[in-house]
Amino acid sequence: MVSTTDTTHSGDHDADTQDHVASDHIDDHHHHEAPYGISRWLLTTNHKDIGTLYLWFAFIMFLVGGAMAMVIRAELFQPGLQIVEPNFFNQMTTVHGLIMVFGAVMPAFTGLANWMIPLMIGAPDMALPRMNNWSFWILPFAFLILLSSLFMEGGGPAFGWTFYAPLSTTYSSDSTALFVFSVHIMGISSIMGAINVIVTIFNMRAPGMTYMKMPLFVWTWLITAFLLIAVMPVLAAAVTMVLTDKFFGTSFFDAAGGGDPVLFQHIFWFFGHPEVYIMILPAFGIISQIVPTFSRKKLFGYASMVYATGAIALLSFIVWGHHMFTTGMPVEYEIFFMFATMLVSVPTGVKVFNWVATMWRGSISFEIPMMFAIAFIVLFTIGGLSGLMLAIVPADFQYHDTYFVVAHFHYVLVTGAIFSIMAAVYYWLPKWTGKMFDITLAKWHFWCSLVSVNVLFFPMHFVGLAGMPRRIPDYALQFADFNKWISVGGFAFGLSQLIFLALIIKACRHQGESVSSQVWDGAEGLEWEIPSPAPYHTFETPPIVR
Amino acid sequence: MKFSSFISYMSVLLIVCLSFAAQAIDTGRSNLNMRPGVSGISNQVYDLHMLMFYVCIAIGVVVFTFMFYSMVVHRKSKGAKAANFHENLTVEVVWTIVPFVILIFMAVPAAYTLIDMEDVSKPDVTVLVTGSQWKWHYKYMDNDVEYFSVLATEQGQIRNQLTKTQNYLLEVDRPLVIPTGKKIRFLITSDDVIHSWWMPDFAIKKDANPGFINEAWTNVNSPGVYRGQCAELCGKDHGFMPIVVVAKEPAQYDAWVAEQEAIAQRARDEEQRLLSMNMSMDELMSQGEKVYGAVCAACHMPNGEGLPGVFPALKGSALALEDIPGHIRIIVEGSPGTSMASFAKQLTMSEIAAVVTYERNAWGNDTGDIVQAKDINAIMYGKE
Repeated sequence: MVSTTDTTHSGDHDADTQDHVASDHIDDHHHHEAPYGISRWLLTTNHKDIGTLYLWFAFIMFLVGGAMAMVIRAELFQPGLQIVEPNFFNQMTTVHGLIMVFGAVMPAFTGLANWMIPLMIGAPDMALPRMNNWSFWILPFAFLILLSSLFMEGGGPAFGWTFYAPLSTTYSSDSTALFVFSVHIMGISSIMGAINVIVTIFNMRAPGMTYMKMPLFVWTWLITAFLLIAVMPVLAAAVTMVLTDKFFGTSFFDAAGGGDPVLFQHIFWFFGHPEVYIMILPAFGIISQIVPTFSRKKLFGYASMVYATGAIALLSFIVWGHHMFTTGMPVEYEIFFMFATMLVSVPTGVKVFNWVATMWRGSISFEIPMMFAIAFIVLFTIGGLSGLMLAIVPADFQYHDTYFVVAHFHYVLVTGAIFSIMAAVYYWLPKWTGKMFDITLAKWHFWCSLVSVNVLFFPMHFVGLAGMPRRIPDYALQFADFNKWISVGGFAFGLSQLIFLALIIKACRHQGESVSSQVWDGAEGLEWEIPSPAPYHTFETPPIVR
Repeated sequence: MKFSSFISYMSVLLIVCLSFAAQAIDTGRSNLNMRPGVSGISNQVYDLHMLMFYVCIAIGVVVFTFMFYSMVVHRKSKGAKAANFHENLTVEVVWTIVPFVILIFMAVPAAYTLIDMEDVSKPDVTVLVTGSQWKWHYKYMDNDVEYFSVLATEQGQIRNQLTKTQNYLLEVDRPLVIPTGKKIRFLITSDDVIHSWWMPDFAIKKDANPGFINEAWTNVNSPGVYRGQCAELCGKDHGFMPIVVVAKEPAQYDAWVAEQEAIAQRARDEEQRLLSMNMSMDELMSQGEKVYGAVCAACHMPNGEGLPGVFPALKGSALALEDIPGHIRIIVEGSPGTSMASFAKQLTMSEIAAVVTYERNAWGNDTGDIVQAKDINAIMYGKE
């Protein structure tokens, strides 16, 4: 799809790959003195540095949110209250959700966008580098505020990551104010990140890189960025109304004052459903990069992939009601939201079929990124199919707010979004470090994760169907056997991620065999034409794409 | 890199998952699958669920068969050479249209069932269901019967000091009683946060929204005891507000209603009688301890210390040490803008008198104050 004729992109920096960071900065004519140490990271405007920061931040948050999941699973290992009190349990489920959504998955995708979009479209950097720095560096403060609220009197947010009013207003602890401000900061960060992605893609593509030549990862991120700009302000409005309802006497969500608690849910899910696709569209992009590489065959149906992504994004604005079937909405609306939701499965199906057709009659090999990509396709499809079941309103009355839903969204978010992020890291890590990662460790990481994640999430379907509600710290005896297995799977999955941590640390120390600029023998695209490791500055002269 | 083992591992995993799923189909009433339930609607919902399940399995099998075939046959290590195609309009149109048709095939019967489920007209019996933190209140609209229904499982079982019994966390002190073979309409609302009244065997899950009333209905075809739970996160003890419904033959149901109405009448007479009586400190304290444990301890904690920052302490509090009328008033009226609800409906005047006396004399709150039912009556109705 993309070919480069002019590879003078990185100029004299090519010569030195050993110590590229330092040498690039010293040679650089339009930069001042290169900061080093902590100020290098604090002051950086380099898309690669900021991408690295985002990825490390996301990984740390993934481990913190994972630790909270371990607390949840430890309490649920047996019936009865053993380890934590119900109020703290609720704080754990709430903050686990918030951290994984806003602290792990979203920043990881933003980090990948920062690293890879300029490299994939032949741009020297992101379009708005100073804003890029700011959009990252406010994030740690958002999460410090959120985490510190756990230590306040009365504890942190305990109303679920969906913070339904009036549980989050009249009936919440005072730390709600911290929660609100922390979400505001996360929102500002996301919006700035999204603006940067859009401006970069619109203005900084290399000559000849038309829209329909852009790699799928770039396309899916472009559409994701528009979703972010559309819905993050809605989230900001929701938290602001929660704040004023709680502290300033307004009644947006209080029937006694003329408000409506269900209004909150409409507003939240008008944000929340597009948010779900914000967390999965970049994953589709990643899989669409990896599957062709290791099938040694062009992506099947490039154009339909782009249109399907657009269709999913548009549909995401008219399906929010499917989160609210039990709120008592009129039957006409229920039928509308049921049909609209089922429609989503058409473009999503197209994507899965296209990936399978890409593999079909390819020349397939099973390197680590491909293993994660294949696991993604299978397990994400399982999550998608249970999503189809959830769309059926009469059945949803039985599934809603049970572990069946917990199983569904963990299949699409853990074995979906997070597996795709891991696939992306394995795919591009050699490009970032110039060395092949430790393949033995990677295999251990893959197999341990794959087995444990299914022991963790698959039985949740059963306990959900059998009647176990979500967000409870204790449960009836018939759920005990499966919960034990779920917890064992949870601990194993958590421990498996320490293998990943060890592998990443090794890779960051530049251990391992040097790799070629192409790294993978089926890889195509601009990012594989610059040296490995990618020099600090790339494409200062744009490549020409035919 | 060669990973022929990759495929065999993946296949094993898939087979394990599918065999779990197959087991779920075999055992309709097991711990693995949805229960068909005991109403016509719940059976329809179960059938829809199974239809969807089989369709999803079929889609999965078709897609994954192609994928796994490709992974086995089109391997580089087997010398496969990549073909050159990357689009095919016919195929792409087909796999857009076919899923669409399947969707219609699934959604149409679902829509018909849904329309039935939402038709609450012409009920035989109407019950007002009110959720509050963390109990249910049932009021029979056609009879003089209303009462609270709270978790009956002992704290000792929850705290692992006693052996857990069969219906652990799924048992209540007073279940909802309904007649079989009649159309029962539920009006569902809440006094505080959002709860959700879920009875899996009736396929009813309806949110209880404060300030609004939702409707649902059922027609149960066999007598029995059915158990469910609150399904919407409603705060600290969300996991501890079960729902139990007893379905009785209509004749037995009528007898039950008559009995309940008689009990309610006797309770009112007793209330009047107690108004003119004074109870001793010991009587008040022992009754007050019971009421406190059942009603107040969930938030204010058995030791009266509350949860700092969430629920205020009563031990050593100004309210419980000084202002008697204020103390009574907050129990009778609740405290707007906080979690403190009104308990005038749930507790009798003598129970309120007992619990106020208890709170003023327990945990070192040694005020020596004695509060009688007539003091409560004075605050509630402004007369001696």
